[in-house]
Amino acid sequence: MILRRINIRMSGLGGQGAVTAAHVMAMAASKDGKYAISNPFFGAEKRMAPAESYCRIGLRKIYDRGELVFPDVIQVFHPQVITMGKSYTMPFYSGIKEGGLVIINTDMPLLTDEDVARLKDLNVAVFNIPGTNIALDVAGTELATNMTMIGSVAGITKCVTMNGLDLALQERFGKKFVASGGTATLDEAIKKKFAKKEMLLKKNLETVQKAYEIGAEWAEKNHVEIMVGEAAAA
Amino acid sequence: MATQSVIGQKNNKGQAFTDPRHMMFEAPRTPSFFTGSEVIKEAVRRASCDMMVAYPITPQSEAAALCGELFAEGYIGDYFRGESEFAVMSQCAGAAFGGARVFTTTAGPGTMRAMENFPMWAGARLPIQMIVTCRGINSPLSIQPDTLEISYLMQTGMLVWHAETAQDFYDWILLGYMVSEEPDVHLPLALCCDGFFVTHTKDMVDLTPVDMCLPPYDPYRSPVPCMDMECPPVRMMRDPFVMKSNYISYATHASWQQEVWAAVERSRKHTIGWMNGLIDTENTDADIIVVASGTAVSQSREAIDILADEGISVGLVKVKTLRPWPGEEIKEATKNAKHIIVPEFNVTGWLGREVKATVPNNERVHSGPHVCGGMTMPPEIIASEIKTILGIKVETLSGRGS
Repeated sequence: MILRRINIRMSGLGGQGAVTAAHVMAMAASKDGKYAISNPFFGAEKRMAPAESYCRIGLRKIYDRGELVFPDVIQVFHPQVITMGKSYTMPFYSGIKEGGLVIINTDMPLLTDEDVARLKDLNVAVFNIPGTNIALDVAGTELATNMTMIGSVAGITKCVTMNGLDLALQERFGKKFVASGGTATLDEAIKKKFAKKEMLLKKNLETVQKAYEIGAEWAEKNHVEIMVGEAAAA
Repeated sequence: MATQSVIGQKNNKGQAFTDPRHMMFEAPRTPSFFTGSEVIKEAVRRASCDMMVAYPITPQSEAAALCGELFAEGYIGDYFRGESEFAVMSQCAGAAFGGARVFTTTAGPGTMRAMENFPMWAGARLPIQMIVTCRGINSPLSIQPDTLEISYLMQTGMLVWHAETAQDFYDWILLGYMVSEEPDVHLPLALCCDGFFVTHTKDMVDLTPVDMCLPPYDPYRSPVPCMDMECPPVRMMRDPFVMKSNYISYATHASWQQEVWAAVERSRKHTIGWMNGLIDTENTDADIIVVASGTAVSQSREAIDILADEGISVGLVKVKTLRPWPGEEIKEATKNAKHIIVPEFNVTGWLGREVKATVPNNERVHSGPHVCGGMTMPPEIIASEIKTILGIKVETLSGRGS
């Protein structure tokens, strides 16, 4: 499937970096010369509460903003989004477009038979990736889980390049960044995990790269093709 | 009074006071990928503001904090946190009475709490600029976008503009001072946007050069004398009209209210010059025209694209200024329309009411779709509303919650 625009909904929990992930994806797309918009949606900021962010990437100027009600891709950053219903809607995949893609951070299957059947009806591909485990292996911290979510969606859809992601990460973590109190605290926490800022950037990028490769391999093996391109009918 | 122009002189940050026409329309622009909050900071950096008063309330807190950084860097004359929004807006009044260019930001319940000050600002002819990042105001509590507060601001005598994108926001913050400080206007400006959709969204924005800034505010261009509480220039302060119950006091108050609203109208010519009209239009030959403001314009643009793919032609009127109200412009732009659609991010449909009160044969006006309380308006909903009006069968949209 070739789309003029790819709409990605990222469902996570407060503190996991879903907002940062959407911003990094959009920044990367913009570095690649594509049009992109990203925005978060959350209630009063608190850890482990549902938090969503949205990233739209395309070849034409994008006006649409706000909650993505009809996404092409849904990324689940935390199993509790599904198992405890920490989602803005039930089920978490409501509104997904036909032929879409669901990426779940989990090391075990989480979907019920009914979920599997409904997603199959819609011809939606489901990819489970043990993102938190990869983050622990590669970066040595689960705070890099969001990097695996960035890498996996990029690897499957190629909507952003690794080069664009590298530049975006440098922009996000390489310079002074003013954010809300909660985000600033988490930024400090992850910086303390690494002796030097260069190390943080390097480990983040390696985590993205690893998930990118896993995603790309899965997409090729399973013939999953969701891409951004002009050839498409809308 | 200065006999020399300040244009070309530098401020203590090395920025050159620049002819605003050159700065806004000719100087090179740098594309930057920023959130709306960051864009507010970058506009204020170039606005030669003397004073900002801040108070935290989502979703404007980030912008207020970023402006605090600007103060720390030396780009704003003075900056402090007020005790509440009511205090903030009163303090802004004090600074503006004293001849300062004043900037502040608020949202939702903060706007409502401070409301008493806004007609006072307008009546006192204080050209304060207030950014309003709209959010829900009613109980149960919401921090999400909802534009209901704008309908209250529209009756205060302030200029009220509604930005669609971060780019609008950037340009209009700077142009706003140019319009509101004109001697025949000299009114406060409520520059509104939809919270989160603009403030927290990263989008591409073209910025003017960082080494250029607006010329400073000249308080001698005020149509009313600067206020000195020790030596009031008129009897207003020590012996206010409210103390009298006679014809003269009523007539004075009545005529001054009329003058404030006349000043709102006089801002038209300046706004048209700086912003290329009070409305933008596209494809107004179409039978169906969407009239919208703020984020509803963006969502409508997407809906228009969806419908174009299905062979349905829809025009667009983007309302940029709500006060002054572009009544004649809207009437003209919609004169051939069979259906006028007014989508809104609030429950009451205040824009729809304004449009109905403006155009002839107003059964043509379909107020809606409406979303509120922080809900998003997917373009698919607008497209489906338009198709329903046209009698085209639409499939049920199985959205979230289905």
